[in-house]
Amino acid sequence: MQGPAFVKIDGVSLTYRQAEEETLAVQDLNIDIQEGEFVAVVGPSGCGKSTLMKLVTGLLDTSAGSITIGGKPVKGPVQGVGMAFQNSTLLPWRNTLDNVMLPLEIVEPHKRRLRREKKAYIDQAMALLKTVGLADFADKFPWQLSGGMQQRANVCRSIIHEPRLLMLDEPFGALDAFTREELWGVMQALWMEKRFTAILITHDLREAVYLADRVFVMSKRPGRIIMSKAVNIPRPRSLETTFEPHFGNIVHELREHIHSVRES
Amino acid sequence: MNEKMLIRSMPWLVTIGLFVFWEALCVITGVETFILPRPSVVFASMVQFAPQILHHSLQTLMTTTAGFALGVVGGALLGIFIGASRLVYVGLYPVLVGFNSIPKVAIVPVLVIWFGIGTIPAIITAFVISFFPIVVNVATGLATIEPELRDVLRSLGASRTEILTKIGLPRAMPYLFASLKIAITLAFVGSVIAETVASNEGIGYLMLSASSSYNVPLVFAGLIVVAIMGVLMYAVAVWFERRMTGWAFRGSDLMS
Repeated sequence: MQGPAFVKIDGVSLTYRQAEEETLAVQDLNIDIQEGEFVAVVGPSGCGKSTLMKLVTGLLDTSAGSITIGGKPVKGPVQGVGMAFQNSTLLPWRNTLDNVMLPLEIVEPHKRRLRREKKAYIDQAMALLKTVGLADFADKFPWQLSGGMQQRANVCRSIIHEPRLLMLDEPFGALDAFTREELWGVMQALWMEKRFTAILITHDLREAVYLADRVFVMSKRPGRIIMSKAVNIPRPRSLETTFEPHFGNIVHELREHIHSVRES
Repeated sequence: MNEKMLIRSMPWLVTIGLFVFWEALCVITGVETFILPRPSVVFASMVQFAPQILHHSLQTLMTTTAGFALGVVGGALLGIFIGASRLVYVGLYPVLVGFNSIPKVAIVPVLVIWFGIGTIPAIITAFVISFFPIVVNVATGLATIEPELRDVLRSLGASRTEILTKIGLPRAMPYLFASLKIAITLAFVGSVIAETVASNEGIGYLMLSASSSYNVPLVFAGLIVVAIMGVLMYAVAVWFERRMTGWAFRGSDLMS
């Protein structure tokens, strides 16, 4: 790969200590991610995928090894990272627009400028809502939105402040199949436009192959990377792409690896 | 009559029905007025002693509202401290539970020694009795922020204060207002207790002096006035709740 990695995960392990018992959650992880790359991490449930996410964002400290983002070692919560979870965690007292604008009230330099340039920021947020098809729902409250709409708003909130790194922890996991596939397209369009670096945690292999440039497979606990697969399918990918033999082959290959780790 | 009107008139129907039942019970059993006066007698007494009742109920309303206001401010502040800091929580909570277990009527004599007979013990009793539910509710609202939401904010670089003001406080609002409804009725209990034991003014004192002269209809008139004030203040709390935290009710039109 070209150039120094934007996110460098180097020999990272994490041991949970609970009373006398020690659990090794993830072991000797090595992942290099280039700036602007979209990677996915898949694996059986309980393999430490979410732990990996917390380690990269500095919400958990590593027990061994190091993580750097943009050349800087991660110590304590990384600032300005975008995050989206399976649970949309929208604030029920804010309408969609105000929910999406929340990061602007916290992350510099937007926080400083927000009051003075409110109009420009609102336009920016509205433009983003429009690209995900929520323009007409800007003044609606979360409980007035469907699950898919809430997740669109959640994704908007995670990228409104133009983070260089976006962490997605099964953001589409709780949605029905049709909505989920629709949101893959939305996510891809956003990524192609903004070109942030993205790490997607998922257990849906088709989702991983659809969205990512590279897919990492994790073993069951303690989580290790047992396979890295480049997805050389041109973009934009569409739902049609997912029915092509090449796409199917990659999904199959990943699935076989996951099967073998589940049985072992 | 359609269903909506029925729902609206239900509270009145039940209240009137209760009084009718009470009146009937007294007439049928022929119970003496100085044991259980009929509602009609109680209302007559209410009219007869209207100036005194008005004077004393205004006093009670004043002490209750003052004590309640102190309880809201103090309870909300302490609730924020307890909910925002684990250290304060583990340190203070057992003390608070212990303090709340003390019957409030037992502290009135102490208050009399400190402040003398009158308004101040009533205000303080209303305060201490209404304080606890507010603390517990506000602290619960703050302590139950979803961990994912906290992670989202922390990874944005939010400070503890920002997490508190952007999420904690708005989230604790429905909890606060729910507790106000409990607290306001408790505040009446507190002030009336204190007035009964140690005051020359207020509904509690009026009832005590009425009972010592066997004016039982006036005692019951006092009880009904306290109940009416409680319902009114409760309605005020509900109104505030609806205004401030309408988002928590998801547009349902019951809950009033």
